[in-house]
Formats: sequence, C-alpha cells, structure tokens
Amino acid sequence: MNFTLKIWRQKDAQSKGAFKEYKVENVSSDTSFLEMLDILNNDLVHKGEEPVAFDHDCREGICGMCSLHIDGHAHGPSQAVTTCQIYMRQFKDGATITIEPWRSAAFPVIKDLVVNRSAYDQILQAGGFVSVRTNSVPDGNAIPIPKADADESMDAAACVGCGACAATCKNGSAMLFVAARVSSLAKLPQGRVEGARRAKAMVAKMDELGFGNCTNTGACQAECPKQISIAHIARLNREFLAAKLKD
Amino acid sequence: MGCFLTNSSLGRKLVMSISGCFLVLFILFHMSMNVVAIFSAEAYNMICGFLGASWYALAGTAVLALGVFVHFAYAFWLTWQNRKARGNVRYAVTVTEKGVSWASKNMLLLGVIVILGLALHLSHFWAKMQLVELLGHHENNLGLEPTDGAALIKYTFSQWYNVLLYLVWFAALWLHLTHGVWSMLQTAGWANDTWYPRLKCISGIVATLIFGGFAVVVVWFYLQTVCPCLAACGA
Repeated sequence: MNFTLKIWRQKDAQSKGAFKEYKVENVSSDTSFLEMLDILNNDLVHKGEEPVAFDHDCREGICGMCSLHIDGHAHGPSQAVTTCQIYMRQFKDGATITIEPWRSAAFPVIKDLVVNRSAYDQILQAGGFVSVRTNSVPDGNAIPIPKADADESMDAAACVGCGACAATCKNGSAMLFVAARVSSLAKLPQGRVEGARRAKAMVAKMDELGFGNCTNTGACQAECPKQISIAHIARLNREFLAAKLKD
Repeated sequence: MGCFLTNSSLGRKLVMSISGCFLVLFILFHMSMNVVAIFSAEAYNMICGFLGASWYALAGTAVLALGVFVHFAYAFWLTWQNRKARGNVRYAVTVTEKGVSWASKNMLLLGVIVILGLALHLSHFWAKMQLVELLGHHENNLGLEPTDGAALIKYTFSQWYNVLLYLVWFAALWLHLTHGVWSMLQTAGWANDTWYPRLKCISGIVATLIFGGFAVVVVWFYLQTVCPCLAACGA
C-alpha cells in the first residue's frame, strides 16, 4: 500500500510548526500505524533527515502513551482503540493521511507530534488517590461491594489518561478524565471516604491548569479509546456540587 | 460557597443550568399564553391586562431580564474561556464525532440568533405594550391600546417577513433546547446511562412543544391574512 502523509513538524515548543508531506510506499496492509511511522523514520534517518517525534510505549493499547490526531479523529478513525491498535488496512490505498498532535492549551507541543501531558499527572496528584490507611489486602469477601458499583468503578478505571478527551473536546475540557478518576474511587468503600475532598481538589487543579468548561457535547466519549461514558461526568457534577453545598 | 459559582468551571456551568431552566419554564408559560390568542382574543387580552404595568408584572419582567442577562453573560464568559483552553493552533482536519449533535457544538451561535430574535420581539410587542403603559400613554404608535395584544398579534403577523423571521427564531430556539434541556440536567448531576435516552427524548418533546406552540400562533394569524375566511373560525 502507498500513502501520502501530511505530518505536523515542529522543532521545539518555542518554534512555529507546519505540515510537511511524506510518501511511504510498499507498506504491508498488516503494518500497524506506528510501525508505518517507524518505516518512515527509518527512511528519514537513512536520508540524513530528522525523524518524526511521536509518543508510544506498550503498543498494545494499555499504557495511554500514544496519541495522534489522525484525519480528524483522536487515535484515528476506529472506535474504542488507541493509535497503536490501528492498522494500515483501515485506510484506502493511495490515501493522504493528515497527522496532527493533540491541540489543547494545557497540552503544549514539545516536538512534532509529542505534547506535554503532565497536566493530567498534576490533576491526579491533587487528589486522584486514596490516602486513608487500608492496611494489607483484605479477604475478597470482607468488604461487600454491589456488582453494579464494582462494574462502574472498573469501567471508569479503564481510563488510560491518554488525553484524547481534552484533545477532542471543542472546549479543551478534561472533564471525562477527571470524572473517570473521581468515579472509579467514589464507587468503592475505600475511596468513598475522601470523595468530597477529591472532587474539589481535582476540579480546582483542572481549572487552574487552564482546561475548558464542559458543554456536554459527548465528543469525548465518542473518541475515548476506552469508551468511558459521560455518565461519570454527571457523577463528578454530583460529587462536586454536593461537596460545595456542604462547605 | 458563593464564589464557586464564579471561580469554578462546574459552578459556572451550574449557573448556566439554573438560569437556563428558569428561561425554559418562562418560555413554556409564554407559549401557553400565546396559544390562548388562537381561541379567544378577549381571553388573551385579559392576560395582557393582568401582565400590564402592575408592580408584580414589572418585578417579573425585571427577574426575567436578569435571568436572560446571567445566561448570556455566562455563555460569552464560558465561550471565551473555552476558546482560550483550545489553544491558538486549531486542527487542520475536523470531523463530527459519532453521536454528537450539531446543536451541541453551536449553542452560542444559536443563542445569539435567539437573542437577536428576542430584540426584534421586544420591539414588536414589549415596546408597544408594557413600555407604552409605563410611559403613561393610552395608545401605541399603531393607534392600538397597549393591552390589546390580540390586535397587535394580528397586525404583526399579517406581514410575511415577520412570519419568516419568527419561524427562523423558533427553529434556532428548538435546536438550542434539544441540547440545552438534557444538558442542564446533566450539569446538575441528574443523569446516567439509563436515563440519557429518556432525557434526550424529553428534551426533544419540550423543544418541539415550545416550537409548535409558538409557530402555530404565528402561522395561524398569517393564514387569516391570506385567507380571510379563516378569521371567522378563529378569534
């Protein structure tokens, strides 16, 4: 398969970036998208050119490290997968593919397609944890948790913190990420204890870092590789408003 | 507690939600009142007389104006913050994500159309009714009594361009409400995966009820102009 790639190139955070076109030829249809970029970079290195910088790590959809806005979609055109899980057979032979970094004021570009997502780490550090002493691992049946609650908590905990939600949202809002973290802990007894403090601290940090205001478009859940539901945003709203009204 | 309504994104959204809810309730009342004009001019004018320049009507108008102001001021404030959060460089390629409505992404544009329609509406009705009474006059510049709302409706919607402008206004309001109604409940925290289809259905019903109620009055009075025989059937 042959492709024309329009890739955002930017030397560093201070420089102005621009799109540059590249051709990749004779790529197997079973090549993954990131392997295709590896092939391109191999060619560029052989030609003595600067390779394209892009984030990746596990390449099996669990670490949340890969990003990329591909043809208008966070993590490419497929649903419920990360960029590392898409393959070139999902594109038309001869297609022009536009590859951009996440666009959000809170995720500044470091180089080419790599953005600084440490804002999410800072939100987690503000309250996305359990600080009460829970001692050693209790017996599995010692703390009864309704199946529905455990399922909701696990669904929210599937968030890999890739940043696709804020990158997709027209408002640059991080609400789906914050909601998933608050929800996954709020539905469990150990996390429930600090629910009010957590919601207030994480929302305050999210606002401080310059993320936008959620307008409930639902674009975040449509593009989320882990299909986190905006129902968690409703729970975050409840948690936060209840905590503030009790102050 | 007071300041979280201004210094927190979730607090600001709650203000949008509550002010929006207040405006929806008012619009439902206004629509119900308008429909009366189809059945009885006298009954409609009785309501107009009740909502004249009395202290309670003036207090209601002031609260309503405050609600509209807060909703729009916060809308512009939130949009300004959101544009800033999006960053200076925009995506070269954008698409409409699966299941995302056009209205949800264009609420400010729809809101601006709604407020422009509101300005036109105030010039057509409020300026010729309550304002005339407040100024102590007994008739407006059309020679009508300020409490004769039915005659004013007949006059306004005898002109085709007013009918067209009002229908565009109502259509923008319909789109705004299809997203706004369920969104205000989501913002207040009253939503979950089971309730989303129901809430979106309720939004559609409320928006359509409001559009239909307003539009039928405008179209009915215009049809009376083009087909006078209909006037005998109506008020």
